[in-house]
Amino acid sequence: MVSFSAVAKRYPGGQEALKQVSFTLEAGELAFLTGRSGAGKSTLLKLIPAIERPTSGSVIVNGQNVGALKRAAVPYLRRNIGLLFQDQKLLYDRNVFDNVMLPLAFSGQAPREAARRVRAALDKVGLLARERANPIQLSGGEQQRLAIARAVVNRPSLLIADEPTANLDAESAARILDIFVAFHQVGVTVLLATHDLALVERHGKRRLHLESGRIE
Amino acid sequence: MSAWLRQHRQALGSALRRLGWLNAVVIGVALSLPAGGYTLLEGLREVGGRLALDTQVSVFLRPEAKRVDADALGKLLRADARIARVRFVPRDEALKELATVQGMPEVIAALGRNPLPDAFVITSDPGSLEALAADLDKLPQVGYVQADALWARRLAALAAIGSLAVLLLSTLLGVGLVAVTFNTIRLQILTQRAEIEVSNLIGATDAFIRRPFYYLGLLQGLLGGAVALAIVALGTWLLNREVSALAHSYGSAFQIAFPAPGDAFAVVGFAGLLGTLGAHLSVSRHLRDIDASTRY
Repeated sequence: MVSFSAVAKRYPGGQEALKQVSFTLEAGELAFLTGRSGAGKSTLLKLIPAIERPTSGSVIVNGQNVGALKRAAVPYLRRNIGLLFQDQKLLYDRNVFDNVMLPLAFSGQAPREAARRVRAALDKVGLLARERANPIQLSGGEQQRLAIARAVVNRPSLLIADEPTANLDAESAARILDIFVAFHQVGVTVLLATHDLALVERHGKRRLHLESGRIE
Repeated sequence: MSAWLRQHRQALGSALRRLGWLNAVVIGVALSLPAGGYTLLEGLREVGGRLALDTQVSVFLRPEAKRVDADALGKLLRADARIARVRFVPRDEALKELATVQGMPEVIAALGRNPLPDAFVITSDPGSLEALAADLDKLPQVGYVQADALWARRLAALAAIGSLAVLLLSTLLGVGLVAVTFNTIRLQILTQRAEIEVSNLIGATDAFIRRPFYYLGLLQGLLGGAVALAIVALGTWLLNREVSALAHSYGSAFQIAFPAPGDAFAVVGFAGLLGTLGAHLSVSRHLRDIDASTRY
């Protein structure tokens, strides 16, 4: 599903975020990406949907060499990846329902089918009753679940999340984790970046540990 | 309905919601200047054209000329091969005609005598008009030769200068329209920055993101063009109330005509085109900025 080989990423100015990263994530696998802040977790995740391009080495997603992808092809790559950003990037000028509707607008879904999918996604994360609320009225955990609903509404085969449980209390964090596990159980490939090692150990899944730009 | 059509309808809907009347009025007022200038010039050209077709020359005798001089001149004119028709207007008859104009009897009474000379109204072919007028002017009995066609030619020359001025004005204000649209779209992009960033990150194509802004530029231009036409229509209506009173006193039914459907369509279409151009420039410039900063 995702395969990194000898990937390095150097930012302009000489800062080297990743050095020689190689790993493969099989289809349907759930893995945690761990490491301290600044270890390069976010950079690694950003290489997968071509938000960043590798300086050297190759990033293969679904058989496509992402580093060499033409600009016009990038949107179609991203539609097949559910992305959860560290800062969620919710839109506060519209309600919960319309936030989840956003990705469906690009693909030109028929309105009735789109609404059905939005409600299905909201139901999966337990926010169906709040579809008319504004994201600002939601708690931190609910906002994160809303972001998940938006990431999965297009039914992606790959789900990537950057610190999805950061700043959440233990109960909310556990609930978020359960949602990811549920997606994994229906065959979605999931890669979660986190610095919460206790959480990782509790689930006993595969762990990719980044230490100063290398996978240990 | 196909996905393509649905996306265009969505983009159009989004543009319609963001369409501001104020911008359309700004564009409309700016465009009404060249459009109004053009309308006035067309009116002027019509008058000039009518005069240019008029191949009549009025020949006024010197005030001291006697009736015998007039008869001699009449013979001379009738013998001239270039002249098709000659009509003699005796000074008494001219005075009677003048007296029918409102207010004139009092003026004539105040003068105490007939100030008008005898005159001939002659018709010639348009080609020899200028030479004929010059020849007639040299005759000793002739005081003044008036050829409307010559005057019309001068009017046409003036109108040509006017056209050039309107063209310059159109160009300048066209650039202004592009600039106004550029700025409106820039502000709109800034307002929707978060939405654009997220859309870009989760798989919207460039075309999808740009489409509403193109529609906004187009609609704003079209609406501005329509406002300009409304201003011109109002202007011509107001002017015509005065113009027809003036024209009536000259025995004419002249009115400034509202631009023909083709011209009106061209004004709106051109405004729409310039709006789209402004949107294109703005979108190309500002979305690139956002895209570069999308690396969250």
